Amino acid sequence: VKKDVVQTLVKTGWERKLRNSIFCKMMSYHPPPHYAASQEHIKEPNSYIRRAQANWEKRILKSLNSMCTELSVPLARKRPEKEQKDMLGRWAELGTDEPDLSQFRPVYAPKDFLEVIASLKNPNVVDCGDNTVSSCAWGIIQAPVYVKDLHQLRLQYSEMAINQCQSGIDDGPELPSEVFEADRAKLARKVLAAKLAPATQEFAKKGIPLSHRAQMWSQILNVEVDDVDILYYEQLKTGVLQHDLLVDSLIYKDVKLTATNDDQYFVFEDYLYQVLLPFSRDTTILQHFNYSSASPAKSYIRGKLGVDEFAVNYPPNGVIPFHGFSMYVCPLCYIYNDIIHLYFVFREMYNRYFFRLHTLSSHPQVSASINSIMGIVSLCLQFERLLQTHEAILFFHLKSIGVQPLRLAFKWLIRAFSGYLSSEQVLLLWDRILAFDSLEILPVLAVAIFTFRKTNLLQVQTFSASEAVLADITTLKVIPLIQLALFSQ
Amino acid sequence: MAYPNGARLKFACDMDKSVLVNNFEKRGWVSVGADEDWNFYWATVQSVRNIFSVENGYRLADDQVINHFPNHYELTRKDLMVKNIKRYRKDLDKEGNPLAEKDETGHYIHLDFVPVTFMLPADYNLFVEEFRKNPSSTWIMKPCGKARGIGIFLINRLSQLKKWSRDSKTNTFTAPSSKDTYVISRYIDNPLLIGGKKFDLRLYVLVTSFRPLKCYMYQLGFSRFCSVKYNANVNELDNMFVHLTNVSIQKHGEDYNAIHGGKWTVHNLRVFLEGTRGKEVSDKLFDEINWLTVHSLKAVSATGTKGAIANDRHCFETYGYDIIIDDNMKPWLIEVNASPSLTSTTAADRIMKYKLISDVINIVIPPGEMVDVKWNKVPTKENLGHFDLLYDEELAQSDLLQMPENKSRVGTGAPGANVRGKVDPRKVTGATWK
Repeated sequence: VKKDVVQTLVKTGWERKLRNSIFCKMMSYHPPPHYAASQEHIKEPNSYIRRAQANWEKRILKSLNSMCTELSVPLARKRPEKEQKDMLGRWAELGTDEPDLSQFRPVYAPKDFLEVIASLKNPNVVDCGDNTVSSCAWGIIQAPVYVKDLHQLRLQYSEMAINQCQSGIDDGPELPSEVFEADRAKLARKVLAAKLAPATQEFAKKGIPLSHRAQMWSQILNVEVDDVDILYYEQLKTGVLQHDLLVDSLIYKDVKLTATNDDQYFVFEDYLYQVLLPFSRDTTILQHFNYSSASPAKSYIRGKLGVDEFAVNYPPNGVIPFHGFSMYVCPLCYIYNDIIHLYFVFREMYNRYFFRLHTLSSHPQVSASINSIMGIVSLCLQFERLLQTHEAILFFHLKSIGVQPLRLAFKWLIRAFSGYLSSEQVLLLWDRILAFDSLEILPVLAVAIFTFRKTNLLQVQTFSASEAVLADITTLKVIPLIQLALFSQ
Repeated sequence: MAYPNGARLKFACDMDKSVLVNNFEKRGWVSVGADEDWNFYWATVQSVRNIFSVENGYRLADDQVINHFPNHYELTRKDLMVKNIKRYRKDLDKEGNPLAEKDETGHYIHLDFVPVTFMLPADYNLFVEEFRKNPSSTWIMKPCGKARGIGIFLINRLSQLKKWSRDSKTNTFTAPSSKDTYVISRYIDNPLLIGGKKFDLRLYVLVTSFRPLKCYMYQLGFSRFCSVKYNANVNELDNMFVHLTNVSIQKHGEDYNAIHGGKWTVHNLRVFLEGTRGKEVSDKLFDEINWLTVHSLKAVSATGTKGAIANDRHCFETYGYDIIIDDNMKPWLIEVNASPSLTSTTAADRIMKYKLISDVINIVIPPGEMVDVKWNKVPTKENLGHFDLLYDEELAQSDLLQMPENKSRVGTGAPGANVRGKVDPRKVTGATWK
């Protein structure tokens, strides 16, 4: 019987599905915590980071509440029947008829969040004033979190070495396709036919050809849209139609401020609403709070303030969008034309990676945990360390004119470069995030860009001048830059 | 730019456009009046008409070039373009050329790239016949001699056309001239939508000679998006914003965005199509676009036919091709403009147009050389800039002679393969399609 079962599983393709699903679970697996560990310890072992995150959340909430009072709009209200119908009719073109948003403003911008990160300080590290631990660092990150050195990164990203052909470089139109492109496409089809997530991930380490990306990302993320998913999305959509939330206005405002004005992404404005509005109602997003230092904001039903049984998460997915949040979705619009598919790929990307870019965590990279994706604090420090070690002259120059490099690079990091690079390049970069299951490629690229523009940066004397040097990076090709930064010395 | 003998190139320019003048001045050219002794003249179509008119008797010297062909309207007037393409297809058919192959319903398989079109009032009866075959279809009326979306409207009932004809008759007492003629074309009511929005393509094509045909496609074309959602609903027929993607019309729309102007680069379009539909689909589309461009030009370049553009070697011309893609990924040629707008709507637009003019000049006058209309008009690869060689009849022919096996590919199979086999000047110039 056992043999039969196994055989049938293999024959029907279920074995493959099971493997993929287990692989996917492994990617987000968390080792069982120590029996004595408290709930909050599991979320974030360092109490000072925990406290900082809690304070930060309080601040966001306060600003959200004051916006409510100022504009006298409720956090949530039920839409009247007529409005629901009207909205349903306009569902695919929500961008054309915008509500008046002039009073709204983003709850916070990346630079506010950077201040919070920069002020993180471990109380156990005593600054003895003898120029030891923290003062030998020139940057603004004071939290002692673990980061890798160049050698470790080189080993980690060895598949990206200069002697290995990469999609996005060696398949350019000026090269004959026999060199690499044709073989690569053949291999891609083979990998796709095998339908095994780990194989696809391995393939992605050298980049994915544009026309295979959609399928490959779905495979790595184990996203297969079925009827249940379609139904689920429809439910979320109904949720949007029934209730008007304050965060909807924030999402609108963000899209209008960013994507609508972006010459690469304005085309997809309506798609963004169709993804982000249902996203705010999606309670499965809440699960990431189990392993991040953040907690969803709570709201109470009128008149029951402070009574826990009447507490609800606000917004339902617990994520309050900040300025630029919609940029996490934009590049995906270039590969997924179907809204529902787009939605689930985005949701998975958010649950795996993006949430870490806007919540505080020390995330222990050295632990045995398979899921050890660096949080934003580590990424910031990683950037500063790499720059200080390998571009000391540049760092020193910037520091001496009062410009902290991280203040220039942070906006790139928090958005995973989306909206700064050309869409094609962002996708090539995100290939590597998925392939190596790590965000560490982001600070590496940031350092590479500083190196690339070093000559100009060494000549600037002010913050705004240095900002201007780095303002337009849409023409950069990311993979050669990363290769230079990692493997040239 | 100074000549070896120390003289500097003299330019004249009718239009006070910064993308033009900045380009000329950057080259160190000297500005002169149109009635003086110029080497390079960027003129309006009217000026060109005057220069080449018989009464004028003006003769251009060997060191003078100008930016329009004398009778470019054979290609750029809506009615004449359609007429010439129809004639071109018929001629090929008579020759028994396999390119003119038709399917069971009588449509040309490889040369069906303009929407069904009739002249009004001349072809009124033909139109009515066609309309009755498909009474629910929508048609678009355009005045022949006007540009930028002026005077365009949609109809989907014959009565609307009758009303229009009555109204226009009462206003005019003169016989219909070319100004009063309209073309009526089948409206592409299944356009490809991106992000739910309708768009068309504006591509730039440079022609430096019609006989032999030498033409170049610019890589930095763009898609123009409607600011309003596309909706095939008949009630929306009056809302021109939905249907017309001309920036000059869209600018009046409420949602017009001044940062990107509703323009999306062709490169972005390609990335999107390749990402969502695969490389084969996207390559095929762009091959077909190149194919229709080459054949629209061939339709006005055949020797000895009526409607051929006079191949004056002093002339070159930059055309604005307007193309709509339908949801079967088939490109349709809508019209060709002789003077594509050089006004910049956004910063990116200004940079692109500046580059366009710069690249045009480098192909027409190789940098560092004197204007000489007798040169062989084969620019080096470095001087192509963002242009790709689309077709060079001379090179294609010498190619065919060298490689007789290519001959068998001509006129057979898919258009894409065809054009490649025919055009393939790669070995000679190193320029490729893509």
